[in-house]
Amino acid sequence: MPSTTAPVESVFPRLEPLLATVQKPIQYVGGELNSTQKPWDAEDGSTRVRWALMYPDAYEVGLPNQGVQILYEVLNERDWILAERTYSVWPDMEQVMRVHGIPQFTVDHHRPVRAFDLLGISFATELGYTNLLTALDLAGIPLHAVDRGDEDPVVLAGGHSAFNPEPVADFIDAAVLGDGEEIVLAISEVVREWKDEGRPGADGRSPREELLHRLASSGAVYVPRFYDVDYLPDGRIRRVAPNTPGVPWRVHKHTLMDLDSWPYPRKPLVPLAETVHERYSVEIFRGCTRGCRFCQAGMITRPVRERSITTIGEMVENGIRRTGFEEVGLLSLSSADHTEIGEVAKDLADRYDGSNVSLSLPSTRVDAFNVTLANEFSRNGRRSGLTFAPEGGSERMRKVINKMVTEEDLIRTVATAYSHGWRQVKLYFMCGLPTETDEDVLGIADLAKKVIAKGREVSGRHDIRCTVSIGGFVPKPHTPFQWAAQLDHETTDARLQRLRDDVRADRSVARAIGFRYHDGRPGIVEGLLSRGDRRVGAVIEAVWRDGGRFDGWSEHFSFDRWTAAAEQALAGTPVDLDWYTTRERGYTEVLPWDHLDSGLDKDWLWEDWQDALLAGTDPEADSEVEDCRWTPCYDCGVCPQLDTEIQIGPTGQRLLPLSVV
Amino acid sequence: MRDQPEQQAPPVQRLRVRYAKRGRLRFTSHRDFSRAFERAVARARVPVAYSSGFHRHPRISYAGAAPTGAASEAEYLELGLSQECDPAEVRRSLDEALPPGLDVLDVVVSAGGSLSDLLEASLWRTRMPDLGAEDAQEAVAGFLAVDEVLVERMTKKGLRSFDCRAAVVRLAVVPEGPEGSEGARAPAGSGTCAILEMVLRHGTPTVRPDDVLAGLRSTAGLDASLAPTHERLAQGPLDTEAGTVGDPLVLNRDTA
Repeated sequence: MPSTTAPVESVFPRLEPLLATVQKPIQYVGGELNSTQKPWDAEDGSTRVRWALMYPDAYEVGLPNQGVQILYEVLNERDWILAERTYSVWPDMEQVMRVHGIPQFTVDHHRPVRAFDLLGISFATELGYTNLLTALDLAGIPLHAVDRGDEDPVVLAGGHSAFNPEPVADFIDAAVLGDGEEIVLAISEVVREWKDEGRPGADGRSPREELLHRLASSGAVYVPRFYDVDYLPDGRIRRVAPNTPGVPWRVHKHTLMDLDSWPYPRKPLVPLAETVHERYSVEIFRGCTRGCRFCQAGMITRPVRERSITTIGEMVENGIRRTGFEEVGLLSLSSADHTEIGEVAKDLADRYDGSNVSLSLPSTRVDAFNVTLANEFSRNGRRSGLTFAPEGGSERMRKVINKMVTEEDLIRTVATAYSHGWRQVKLYFMCGLPTETDEDVLGIADLAKKVIAKGREVSGRHDIRCTVSIGGFVPKPHTPFQWAAQLDHETTDARLQRLRDDVRADRSVARAIGFRYHDGRPGIVEGLLSRGDRRVGAVIEAVWRDGGRFDGWSEHFSFDRWTAAAEQALAGTPVDLDWYTTRERGYTEVLPWDHLDSGLDKDWLWEDWQDALLAGTDPEADSEVEDCRWTPCYDCGVCPQLDTEIQIGPTGQRLLPLSVV
Repeated sequence: MRDQPEQQAPPVQRLRVRYAKRGRLRFTSHRDFSRAFERAVARARVPVAYSSGFHRHPRISYAGAAPTGAASEAEYLELGLSQECDPAEVRRSLDEALPPGLDVLDVVVSAGGSLSDLLEASLWRTRMPDLGAEDAQEAVAGFLAVDEVLVERMTKKGLRSFDCRAAVVRLAVVPEGPEGSEGARAPAGSGTCAILEMVLRHGTPTVRPDDVLAGLRSTAGLDASLAPTHERLAQGPLDTEAGTVGDPLVLNRDTA
């Protein structure tokens, strides 16, 4: 963060003549509707805290990201804070920028990222790590945090992947866990105070280290450099401990209570470029306590906090008016679980009856689906396909993962859907779950065949379809499966092949069942990055130096590059790619993220893991975990540990028709 | 079974809209623009008519869109409405709903007939940085002296070879004019700059200013590494005698 007062100039005049030579130049020019334009310096000369917010993927993926949009707005609402956005540039643009010496820039004002006080990066997935390195390098910020000086921004990671930031610990200065709305403001306060004091160092610390120390000593921000990791001779972690006085042993996650008082985004960004989500999305609740054991999102976002029907109604109306989007998505981890979802659906459908506004409800559980609800959602506009996620192909598998949906539930639900005119149903499954056998995966085919048979029976038609999407399971930190061995990619691919052959062999249904799946190799890299420790940083850097970019894109991803880099970077250590991925961990092992507190009690997670294994061997085992929204608390630890509580309705309110202006 | 969707009534009013693509928003592609325009129509609550069918879409037809990266003062579209509106009010509300740089300049009631038939030719202004007026003059003279200049362009159907000479009604080097918008302004700090004006007749394939530059390169060996900027100043009926492009909305104004 430069202490000089030299004006920060836009790189746009240098960029503009080059834009005609790159793909989709509109993604680099900014000027989105509802974006904020602020001068670099405050008019009254008061201190400004300046954030560059980055989503480390292409603009078309990054722009719709809710997290970045919310923080961009929350920060810019303060007159003493300026926030601009930056995204990953495509390789053709990276080349042009390198040739012409143009640094990583923000799209709002085309200011160089290095000129900001903070660079905040939202990691929704670990596959963005190489893109972080590209951005740092293009920005002229040293890749390694230890090499950075007082002129460099504080590089801060957030998002779900930040619950284990150890693989990128060398490259970031700090990480925050959990909801960002309040903590970004708290961090801004600390930076402002430090700048107002004249950017002091203290106790032998450089000014930069002093700022990081102030952030770390609050217990709200994790600063990896203040923690040392020791290893056992066999490669496991011996201990993670603070190396500086005043730094806490554990760093806790942030939980936003009362979503109604944070109705963001209020000014949703509307890009000119085409993006992956062309709709206005309202988060109807945060958190999920269904307790699916594979689901990191459900574990790290507890407890459930609902938005009220009234606030949802206001946000939808405001969002449509401000964007012109015709589709509204009601987002959450399991949207039909909102206590007043029926009222929300009916009242919104009534309000927008006859207009072109359509509603969608992603993430619906099989057991929460009902036709009345689905009909409300398709009242205007077209009837989209229905998607359900049984996740496991066999009853046994679903018990292991605690996704308590029976085959009868599923068949009954799809029968209802097909008999009410839906012709297409999508089913999501995972492959590679703990204790899984070939038979469990072949169970997916049985299920799909039964779905088709039932659909044909109740609809009296032959042209109904069922699409089966399969994702490879990747064990994630802070879940009961954090100790599990990941399935090797060869076995994953073999099981998927058998499944495919099995469906194809049955000519009566082969054409009615579609398959969507990826090979198992990207999942192994995701597994390495998810449960890796600080030693994995060298692998990420080696991949990046070899040209690795955009690992979430199959056309850019190279498994061979990752395996070669892992071999090279981990040579001479007791650990390797398999050690990080396909190895099962034991109870006593120190996990790389144990010092990062998601609120979940580690012993509770372990017991739940044991229950899962028991459910896999004993069909009579009572290992089901109910949802604490409607059964008593089972002590996962989050609420008492973080002083939070479940916030749900019903409120009993209804939405009134909008008066025509 | 699902009911057939309700038939939509035909539009009760058709408006013709002239708009500009300026500044950094000249990098808006045609697809980007049409999406942005549909959203602006929704935000401005202009009562646009919809097509019938399961996938209803607003009745907006675009004509002769400028290539991505070219600025324009003369883009046109036609809008079908379900209620009669005051064109001046529609112009104001649409312009307000679009981001600065995508500017609605003129809205008139359609006099009927086909809008795209009226768009016979375009007047373009092209800036060529680091090129002297004399070199440009010479290249233009060489180009105009021949009857056919074959150039290649990558199209969706692959590399295509066609004549770019016949479509050129007029081509001249002009002095810096006061009327150019910021869209085609030279990048800051550049020195010499030659400005070309050309009138291009629309046809198949549509010859673009870039194709004419490719022709100038092949006939006069102009440096291919230049980063030219193009701006469409007018689009409309062609007066072949005078080599000028007229206003396609003038008819509508007379009858309104």
